[in-house]
Amino acid sequence: MLKFLIWPIVAAALVALPHGLSFSQQEILVFLTINILVVSSYRLLTLTGEWSLAHVVIMGVGAYASALFSKELGLWVPVSMVLGAVTAALIAVLLSFPLFRMKGFYFLIGSFAAGEIIRLLWKRFRDPFGGPKGIKGIDPMPDFSIGIYDFDFFEPVSYYYFAGVIVCICLWLLWRIEKSPVGLTFHAVHWQDKLAEASGVNLRAYRTLAFAIASGFAGLGGALLAHYVGTINPNSFDLDLMVFVLTWAIVGGTGTFYGPILGCVTLTILNEVVLRELGFEQMRPLIYGAILILSILFLPNGLESLVQKLTRRRKTA
Amino acid sequence: MLDPDLLVQTVLNSIYAASYISLVAVGLVLIFGVMGVINFAHGELFMAGAYAIVALYADMHMPFLAAVALGLVFVGCLGLLMERALFRPLRDNPLGGLVASIGFLMILQALATIGFGVRMEHIPPVTQKVISLGNASFPLARLYVVIAAIVLLSALWIFLKRTRFGWALRASAQDPQAAELQGISIARTAQIAMFIGAGMAGIAGALTAPLVSVNPHMGHSVIVTAFIVIIVGGVGSLEGAIVASIAYAFVHTFVTTFYDGVIADIVGLSLMLLVLIVKPTGLFGSADRA
Repeated sequence: MLKFLIWPIVAAALVALPHGLSFSQQEILVFLTINILVVSSYRLLTLTGEWSLAHVVIMGVGAYASALFSKELGLWVPVSMVLGAVTAALIAVLLSFPLFRMKGFYFLIGSFAAGEIIRLLWKRFRDPFGGPKGIKGIDPMPDFSIGIYDFDFFEPVSYYYFAGVIVCICLWLLWRIEKSPVGLTFHAVHWQDKLAEASGVNLRAYRTLAFAIASGFAGLGGALLAHYVGTINPNSFDLDLMVFVLTWAIVGGTGTFYGPILGCVTLTILNEVVLRELGFEQMRPLIYGAILILSILFLPNGLESLVQKLTRRRKTA
Repeated sequence: MLDPDLLVQTVLNSIYAASYISLVAVGLVLIFGVMGVINFAHGELFMAGAYAIVALYADMHMPFLAAVALGLVFVGCLGLLMERALFRPLRDNPLGGLVASIGFLMILQALATIGFGVRMEHIPPVTQKVISLGNASFPLARLYVVIAAIVLLSALWIFLKRTRFGWALRASAQDPQAAELQGISIARTAQIAMFIGAGMAGIAGALTAPLVSVNPHMGHSVIVTAFIVIIVGGVGSLEGAIVASIAYAFVHTFVTTFYDGVIADIVGLSLMLLVLIVKPTGLFGSADRA
């Protein structure tokens, strides 16, 4: 009985959530929603065992593509968002040719280099990427009404509902992919690559597939971001943000689907809400860095291991 | 028409760039070789060396060389701290070590900001003397960096190839378990490697501090360059790191002179990707250390 009730309760809580928050907290909530999509798609990529440092740049590809599709070609924003995601996936397929010749540490740095090249291209070429200043005045989502609720996309609450629905659908899709035979093969590619290959699994094709799907969802995240903030530039997708995605995933734990989401939510609340509102701006990276180190040292399997411990105890009790 | 003076000038600038890049990159390779961990905070160790000069030389008016020596010891001790607090407990978790070093990077950046502010620090020049070669000129302060790099790298080479400590270090980089069975203390070799590796980044930062603008985020471009260099050279190969430093410095300086800095960065990164595509373990790397 509880099992059927839990999802409606979660949904109701998520709908009610922004109304108890201040305006700036509502804005953070929108970013948090988008970041959950980015970090969850990152987990799909890490299923095959490769840690990319290009994920945030790929998210930026989605953002730039979607912004340009709507601005230059005048496409309807939802269509340009989807096309942005597709572009990100296609760029990922292109990048996979050089990158998947490498493994492990070389892949990590190779992906970083590929990402930096894309970022520097945005910076260097004023036409069409806008150079260092980026693209301004990106079309917002057109307002619409569903009868009971009028979406006004200058309001963070409206955008939170819109992004929330999209992200929930994407999370469901990501979860279905992970539980499908394809997703299980991703696991096999990571943990038993020799055996998987011997069973006729084309390792490289599956790595590319994971990379492309993950990049598509990250690109959609970027598109959602671009049409919310209205302006993007090469520094919106730099190494700092990538470091955040990486730490969300690792602090949360990558053994489960919810681990990275848990890490993203916890660290964002900690960073944005607690530390920012305590007031010491300069001390914030110091405390954040210390927390990062302490959680790596004392929670090597991430926050998810805490959850697992708690639920296991309750079951045995 | 290629101006010969400009050519000489650019070559001199390249030699200077190669000197400090190789100091940073060799330290990074040494740490990776012995600890098996990527030290993301390596650029911030470079920054810490530069701030040692700000504090000791610019603010406290200590003699420059004494400040450099103290800076070396200070950054070396930061390395020891990292080894003890971060990398030793995370020995079996290289990705964890990487993230821990990111945490350390944030702490060092924040400490620099709190202690010295976000403003750019300009340090009084050590010497105004300039050596002129035809119409090209080379500031003496840059020559110091080149000399320091040659002396330190030669000393390191002798240390690694000719002393028992050096053998122990190389042995534990090659096969930690076998080295331990031979009576080599892994913890001790790790400490030596961290002290030397961090110290070299620190000394590079200290020596170049009067020549660049010192700020809390200066480590970023340094670590990116060092990554490119150690990848092209082959991760874990000291010789490769030095050769790649020289090659990268020349390519980057020439492209910057004749085109612009962003194009130079793109060319550098593309060359690195190209090397990885042709030889996925780097020019001097071997597959087993990947």
